[in-house]
Amino acid sequence: MKFRLASSPHQHIRRDTGQVMRLVILAMIPGVLLQTWFFGWGTVIQIGLAVVTAVVTEAAILELRKRDFERALKDYSAVLTAMLLAVSIPPFAPWWVVVIGTFFAICIVKQLYGGLGFNVFNPAMAAYVMLLVSFPVQMTQWLPPVNLAQYSHNFMDALQAVFTGFSVEGFSLAQLKTGIDGVTMATPLDTVKTSLSQGFTYSETIERPIFDSVIPGLGVASSWISLGYLIGGLYLLKQKVINWHIPTSMLAALFICALIMSLVDSDLYPSSIFHLFNGSIIIGAFFIATDPVSASTTNKGRIIFGAAIGIWVYLIREWGGYPDAIAFAVLIMNMAVPLIDYYTRPRTYGHTSTKRKTKNKAQS
Amino acid sequence: MPNNYDDIIEKLDNNQLWDFPGGVFPAERKTLSNQTPIGKLPIPERLFVTVKQHIGVEGHLIVEVGQKVLKGQALTKSMNPFAVPIHAPTSGEVAAIQKHVSAHPSGLPEMTVEIISDQQDKWIQLNPLIDYQSQPKIKVLAAICDAGISGMGGAGFPTHIKSSPKKDVDFLIINGIECEPYITSDDRLMREHAWQIRQGIDVLCHLLKPKQVLIGIENNKPEAIEAMQVACRENPNYRICSVPTKYPAGGEKQLIQVLTNREVPAKGLPMDVGIIMHNVGTCFAISDAVFSGKPLISRVVTVTGEAVEKPSNLWALIGSPVAHLLAHSDYNPKLQKQPNVIMGGPMMGFNVINDKVPVIKTTNCILAPTDTEISSNNEQACIRCSACADACPVSLLPQQLFWHSKAKELDKAQDYNLFDCIECGACAYVCPSEIPLVHYYRIAKSEIRVEQEEKQKSDKARERFEKREARLIAEQHARDEKHRLAAEARKQAMESKGNNAKDKIAAALARAKAKKQAVNIEEETSVSKADLANDVIEAAAPNETTEASATQPTTKVASSNQRVQAAIARAKAKKAAAEAATSNVEVEVPSEVEVEVEVEVEKNNDKVSESIKTETQSKNQSVNAKEPAPHAAKPEPLKPESASSESVSEVTATKTATIAASKKARIAAAVAKAKAKREAQKAAETEQTSKEAPLAEVEDPKTDSSQEPVKTQEQQIDMKKRKIAAAVAKAKAKKAAEKADKSS
Repeated sequence: MKFRLASSPHQHIRRDTGQVMRLVILAMIPGVLLQTWFFGWGTVIQIGLAVVTAVVTEAAILELRKRDFERALKDYSAVLTAMLLAVSIPPFAPWWVVVIGTFFAICIVKQLYGGLGFNVFNPAMAAYVMLLVSFPVQMTQWLPPVNLAQYSHNFMDALQAVFTGFSVEGFSLAQLKTGIDGVTMATPLDTVKTSLSQGFTYSETIERPIFDSVIPGLGVASSWISLGYLIGGLYLLKQKVINWHIPTSMLAALFICALIMSLVDSDLYPSSIFHLFNGSIIIGAFFIATDPVSASTTNKGRIIFGAAIGIWVYLIREWGGYPDAIAFAVLIMNMAVPLIDYYTRPRTYGHTSTKRKTKNKAQS
Repeated sequence: MPNNYDDIIEKLDNNQLWDFPGGVFPAERKTLSNQTPIGKLPIPERLFVTVKQHIGVEGHLIVEVGQKVLKGQALTKSMNPFAVPIHAPTSGEVAAIQKHVSAHPSGLPEMTVEIISDQQDKWIQLNPLIDYQSQPKIKVLAAICDAGISGMGGAGFPTHIKSSPKKDVDFLIINGIECEPYITSDDRLMREHAWQIRQGIDVLCHLLKPKQVLIGIENNKPEAIEAMQVACRENPNYRICSVPTKYPAGGEKQLIQVLTNREVPAKGLPMDVGIIMHNVGTCFAISDAVFSGKPLISRVVTVTGEAVEKPSNLWALIGSPVAHLLAHSDYNPKLQKQPNVIMGGPMMGFNVINDKVPVIKTTNCILAPTDTEISSNNEQACIRCSACADACPVSLLPQQLFWHSKAKELDKAQDYNLFDCIECGACAYVCPSEIPLVHYYRIAKSEIRVEQEEKQKSDKARERFEKREARLIAEQHARDEKHRLAAEARKQAMESKGNNAKDKIAAALARAKAKKQAVNIEEETSVSKADLANDVIEAAAPNETTEASATQPTTKVASSNQRVQAAIARAKAKKAAAEAATSNVEVEVPSEVEVEVEVEVEKNNDKVSESIKTETQSKNQSVNAKEPAPHAAKPEPLKPESASSESVSEVTATKTATIAASKKARIAAAVAKAKAKREAQKAAETEQTSKEAPLAEVEDPKTDSSQEPVKTQEQQIDMKKRKIAAAVAKAKAKKAAEKADKSS
C-alpha cells in the first residue's frame, strides 16, 4: 500500500491569510460607516473605485508574472490595501486620483517588490504620500461634516462630484466645501495649524464649530470616526490578528509628546486628546502601522517601531509642513524595520544573550 | 544563582509553576483513544526488528538466518557503551537479516532481523535482579542496558547512559506530559500501571540519587495524575506536578523550564543544569527489566484517528508491522483520499512510507486521520505576521529562519539559531499562509550538515595535501643543502690547490710589506705586557670588563721546537675557533680560553728563525663573542696585539705561509685575519653589521686569496656559519695584505 507523504505538522490552525485579511476588512466597517455618515457617499464610491482598480491591477500583474492570480486574489490583501487608501482620500476627490493611487500602491509598491510579503513599504501609505505630493489640491479638499455643511448631498451628488467635479444640482466642489457659516471648512488639524499660525491660541481655536463636541478639542466628525476605528482595532486585538505592541506604543508615544508640550505651553500646543482623536491616528495605529509585511516582526522591535511612528507624527504635525503625518511617519519607519528587527532579536532558549551568536560565528 | 534548588522547591510547594514562551493549543482529540484499557494484540506472523532503534551505534548481530530464537533472546551485542541490544519479541525463527523499510521519515531501508513467529511465545530464561538496592550500581545499569532500554519518549537515547551521570542530580523529572494531540499511550500506561512506573522511578532514584523527583503530567489527564499520586503516596520525595496543557509542554527543554525555570544551555544537556529526564514508558520498561528481567520487546502504541473505527491503545511487540496494528483497529482507508498513516502525533509525527514499517521502541502512536483532520498543502506567501514567532517555544524568529532557509542563506539561518529549533511544529501550525516551516528548516539543517561534512572532508584533504607539500619541500631543502655542502667542499678543495700560485704572490707581497713594517713591529714588541693587554681589550671589547691576562711575548731561537709549537698553536686555534663558532649564538658562555700562539719568524735567506711565542690567556671568552663595534677595531688593523687577542680566531697559519712570511708580515697577516674573523663573526651574528663597511669589501669574490687557505678536514665538516666566517676572514686578510703592501 502506497501512502501519502507530507511533512509534519499535519494539523493546522483554521485561519489562513485570506481570513486574516477579511477580519481586518471586517474590523474597518464601523469606521467606514461613520466616515460615510459624516462625509457622505463619497467614501463608499472611493472604496469601490479603489477595490476595483486594486483587484484588476493585481490580477493583471500576477498574470504578467505568470502567477496563479485566482489564488492570490483570494488572500484579500489587495482589497485591504485599496480600502485603506480609499478612506484616506477626500471623499469627493476626482476619480482618477484614487485610481492612480491604487494602481501605484499595487503595481509599484507591492508587486514590483515581489508581491505580498515582499514589499518594503506600506502600499496604501506610499500611494497616499505619492498622491499628496503630486496632487496637493485634490488631496486636501475635505468636505465639512454633513451636519455642518451648507449644502447637503446624496449618493448621486457624490457620484457626479467624483467623476465630474460637480454635484447633480451643479454645485462645484468649492461650494460643497462651504460650511454652515458660509466659510470653507478645513479639517480639525488644518484648522488648528492655520489659526495658530495666525496668532490665535489653541483654546480659542477649539471654540470653532468643527470642534463642537462634548470633550474639548475633538473634531465633530473625526473623533467619532476614530472611535469607530478604535472599536475595530480592539476587535482585531481580541482576535489576535494584531499584537498590542505597535498600537499601544504608538499612541503612548504621541500622547506623551503632546502631554509634555502642552504642559510647556498649552496655548501653542494642542492637548494629547486632540492629537489622539483627530486626523488618522487611530486608524493609523490599529490598521496601518500594524501591516505585518512592512512592520517590525519582533515584539521589542514593534514597540520601538510604534513609538517612533508616534514621535514622528508629533514632530511633523507640530513643526512640519503637513497637518497630518501618519503616512510619512509610517514610511520613514518602514525603512528602519530591517535594522530594528536585526537588533531586537529575542534571546533564544538556552542562549545567554543574542551576542553569543556573533561570537560563535566568529569561532566557526 | 537564580533558580536554585530551594527557590524551586518553595515555588513548587506553593503549587506554582513557570511557563515557557509561545506554544499552541491544537485540538486534543485524546478521548478518541483513551476511553478503553490497553488492548492485547495477537502475535503477528512476521516481525521486523530494526537493528538500530536508538541514538548511538548499533550492535553486532549474534543470530543467523534460520536460527531458532526464544522470546526475549538478544539479537545483537556490543561492547560499545552507546549500543543497546535488540531482542526477539517472540519465539520463532530468524527468516532473514536484510534491509527493510524503516520507521523513519525517510523510510530508507535499514538492517532488520525478520522473525517468523512460531506462535508459542516461549520465553528465554529470565534473570531478574533480585534486591537491586543491595546490588552495585553497575549491575543495575548493566541490567537496564541488557534489556535494550532506550528513551521511549521520542529521541531514543540509551537509558543506561542517561542514568549514570557524573554530577549530582537536583531533579529527576519523569515526563508524563504527552502534549501531542491524539496520543494517549502514556496516559493509559499511567492509569493502569502507575505502580510499576513508580518502581521504575525507585530504580532510577537508586542510580541517580536525585534530591527531588518531579513527575510532570498535563492537567488534561486527571485520571493519570490521580493514579500516580496514589502510587507515589508513600514517598514524599516524589512530587506530582499538574502542568497546564499547552503544546509543546512535553518537550524536554520546555518541561524543564516549566517545572524549574532552568534552561538547558544551547548544545548542552539537561545534566548541565542538574536535571535528568525520563519518560514514564521508560520507567515502566526499567521496572520490567529489573524486577522481572524482561527486555524491552513491547510497548503501548496508540492507534487512533478518524480513519480507524476502533481507536485504542495496544500492547504492540517491537517489530510488528504497522499493517498489523491497523488491521486490528479496523482501519478504513476509504475515509482518506490517499492512504495516509502517521507514526507519532500530528505535530511531530511522520508519514510512514507503507504499512510494512515496523513498530520500534520510540513508536508511541499510529495515526490514521481523515482528510478533514489534517491540513492540505496550500502554501502561500509569508506576510511576516510573525504569528510563528509568537508561537515558538524557544523564542526563535521562524519568519527569518524561513526567509533564509528558503533563500539557502544557510549561514544566516544559523545566525538566527536554526539549530535551536526543536521542530515542534508550532510555527507551521499557526502560519496563516500554511507554509510548511519545519520542512524548510529540516532541509536547511540537513544541507548544513552535508556542507559541514564536506567541509570536514575537504579540510582533511587540504591538511594532508599541505603536510605532503611541506614534507616535499623539506626533503628538497635537505637535498639542496647536501648538494651545496658537497659543492662547497669540492670548491674548497679546488681552491686549496689552485690558489697556491696566488698564495705565493700574496705571500710575497706580504713579505715585502712585512719587511717595511719590521721596524714598527720591532718597536712594538718591546711594548709592555700591560699595553698589549690593554690593546687587546680595546680592540676586542672596549665596553666590556674584559679580563685578559698579559700576553707574554718570548722570543726564542728554537728551530727544533718550531714545528711542535706550530702544531700546538694550530690545534688550539682550531679549538678556539670551534668555540668561537658556538659562542656566536650564545654570547655569554663563561669559558676560559687559553690560547698559545706561537709565531714563528724566519729570516728569508739564512733560515735563521726567530720565534716569538705569544701566550695569550684571555680569561673571559667574551673577547671573542662580544665583539666590538667594527669601527672600534678598524682604525688600527695592523696592530699585532690584536692578533694575539684574536688568537681565538683562525691563526691557523700554515707552515708555508709561516715560512714564507717575515715576522712582521706574518703578524700583520694574523692581525688582518683576526680582524676579518671578528668581523665575520659579527656578520654572522647580525644582519645589520653585515651592511656596514667592513664587510662591504668581502663581496668581491676575488678577495679570497689569503695567507692561510689550507683547510683541514675538520673545518670542512664545520658548520655553514664557520665557512662563511672563514671566507670573510680570507677576504679581510687579503685586504689587510693589500694595505700592508701599500703601507710598505
